[in-house]
Amino acid sequence: MSEYTFNDPWWLIILKVLAIFVGLVLMTLFTIWWERRVVSRMQNRIGPNRVGPFGLLQSLMDGFKLGLKEEIIPKTAHLAVYWIAPVISATMAFLAFAVIPFGPMVSIFGVETPLQLTDFPVSVLYVLAIASIGVYGIVLAGWSSGSTYPLLGGLRSSAQMISYELAMSMSFVAVFLYAGTMSTSGIVAAQEPIWYAVILLPSLLIYATAMVGETNRAPFDLPEAEGELVGGFHTEYSSLKFALFFLAEYINMVTVSALATTLFLGGWIAPWPLSLWDGANVGWWPLLWWFVKVQLFIFAFIWLRGTLPRLRYDQFMRFGWKVLIPASLLWIVIVAAARVVRNEFSVTTQELLLLGGGLLVVIIVGSWVLQVRSERRERAQVEAAKAEMDKPFDPYAGGYPVPPLPGQEFTYTSRRAKAAVVEGTATRTATAVLPGESADAPVPSTSDPEEGTHA
Amino acid sequence: MDAYAPILVLGLLAAGFAVFSVTLTTFTGPKRYNRAKVDAYECGIEPTPQPMGGGRFPVKYYLTAMMFIIFDIEIVFLYPWAVAFDQLPLFVFLAMMLFLFNLTVPYVYEWRRGGLDWD
Repeated sequence: MSEYTFNDPWWLIILKVLAIFVGLVLMTLFTIWWERRVVSRMQNRIGPNRVGPFGLLQSLMDGFKLGLKEEIIPKTAHLAVYWIAPVISATMAFLAFAVIPFGPMVSIFGVETPLQLTDFPVSVLYVLAIASIGVYGIVLAGWSSGSTYPLLGGLRSSAQMISYELAMSMSFVAVFLYAGTMSTSGIVAAQEPIWYAVILLPSLLIYATAMVGETNRAPFDLPEAEGELVGGFHTEYSSLKFALFFLAEYINMVTVSALATTLFLGGWIAPWPLSLWDGANVGWWPLLWWFVKVQLFIFAFIWLRGTLPRLRYDQFMRFGWKVLIPASLLWIVIVAAARVVRNEFSVTTQELLLLGGGLLVVIIVGSWVLQVRSERRERAQVEAAKAEMDKPFDPYAGGYPVPPLPGQEFTYTSRRAKAAVVEGTATRTATAVLPGESADAPVPSTSDPEEGTHA
Repeated sequence: MDAYAPILVLGLLAAGFAVFSVTLTTFTGPKRYNRAKVDAYECGIEPTPQPMGGGRFPVKYYLTAMMFIIFDIEIVFLYPWAVAFDQLPLFVFLAMMLFLFNLTVPYVYEWRRGGLDWD
């Protein structure tokens, strides 16, 4: 159930809508500037600092500049779809923010209202649905340009987004299980005692990884891999149409950060030392806590971009399908099993923790034993290979001259033996032994060079 | 007021802004025709024939999309189950585990057949 009932007067709805819209645009402008500044610092540069105080107006002026640029539409483009794609992208980016809670009940012009545009029992599902429609903007942009690179970039992008959306959606299941609701304000309220980031840390880690893939940001920014695909799906877009895709990307970044804050970091609830103060969770202060938490995630995004190189596409898909999805499925099973044990068998949390700790110890000890065994096997292999190296080496044994490995000694081959090899009558007497192979078949002796002629 | 009405208002504002921005440059930007400029961009060489209509792309994308649908359906079933978890009897937990197992079998099958390997 959602925490509050939403029956705002019409003027308040319009006020909230305007606040969200203007807030998101400002947040985008700020984030672009902030990202450029931080990345610059990480690369020993200064970054934009000329336009306005600290260069804060740089991204606004870039926007104006884009508006005055010529609009180039390729003659191969499918016009209607080409025009609609950026509109879909930008609109869906704005829409996802409708259910994010910014704070508790406040009084605006004498009307008591929650700091949230709207909320219903399936808000998080709504965010996921909107994010899915956002993929249309990208794939349609790529397809309608009628050009090779945008098509490839658009397909890549959509494949990437749907793959990571799965891991992202699965990481929410544990949260719903604990909160017992899908309404965003309900989830925030359920985190009053303890944040889900603490008790559901694996969920947060899976979500935080998936959200970077979902927003096409570095190190998962493969749709915009310049070396292969020029600009990806928006290669053929220029002027303000391009700006809209850019805007959508940054709003999506803010949205996934806000969602992470809502689901895992307790939304607008004050963090620990601040929560000791009675006034921390009432009035307008929570808006500040919420903003700081969202900025933490955005800074993490920027930090990732400044640190990590881009993944290869196959590595990226393998990571999504073979690591994130099985990991989140396993985590769902673990959380649900723990919950059902607690519900059905009247086990206390302490006993449950003990049980989990015991399991963890078994897993650690088991993996340690396996590790030791595999190390022992490896060592035996290395020693066998060393022993093989000490034997004399016949470079002409297989019929072709083979260079010796470091440390191997030459042995004498008689002319008769060589002749036999050339005629093809000799058996394979020896080959250069590689470290991994020695443990398998016994290598024929090379001590008697005449042996080959007997065959 | 209905809880969904504010979304409509926000959607109208956002769509209005987007349509305004998309059409604005038609009036504010310069227009200088150049044959090369309106060609499809391909690093300066003559563009290859159209990918649109008759163009081909790897079938792997279809496989990914189909896997996505399967897992998405799984998630659709997981969500209400998770929300109502504390009110449900033990049987429902076991049923869901069986459902997850049933979906894991084809997943493992596809993994082993190399359907998840991207070349």
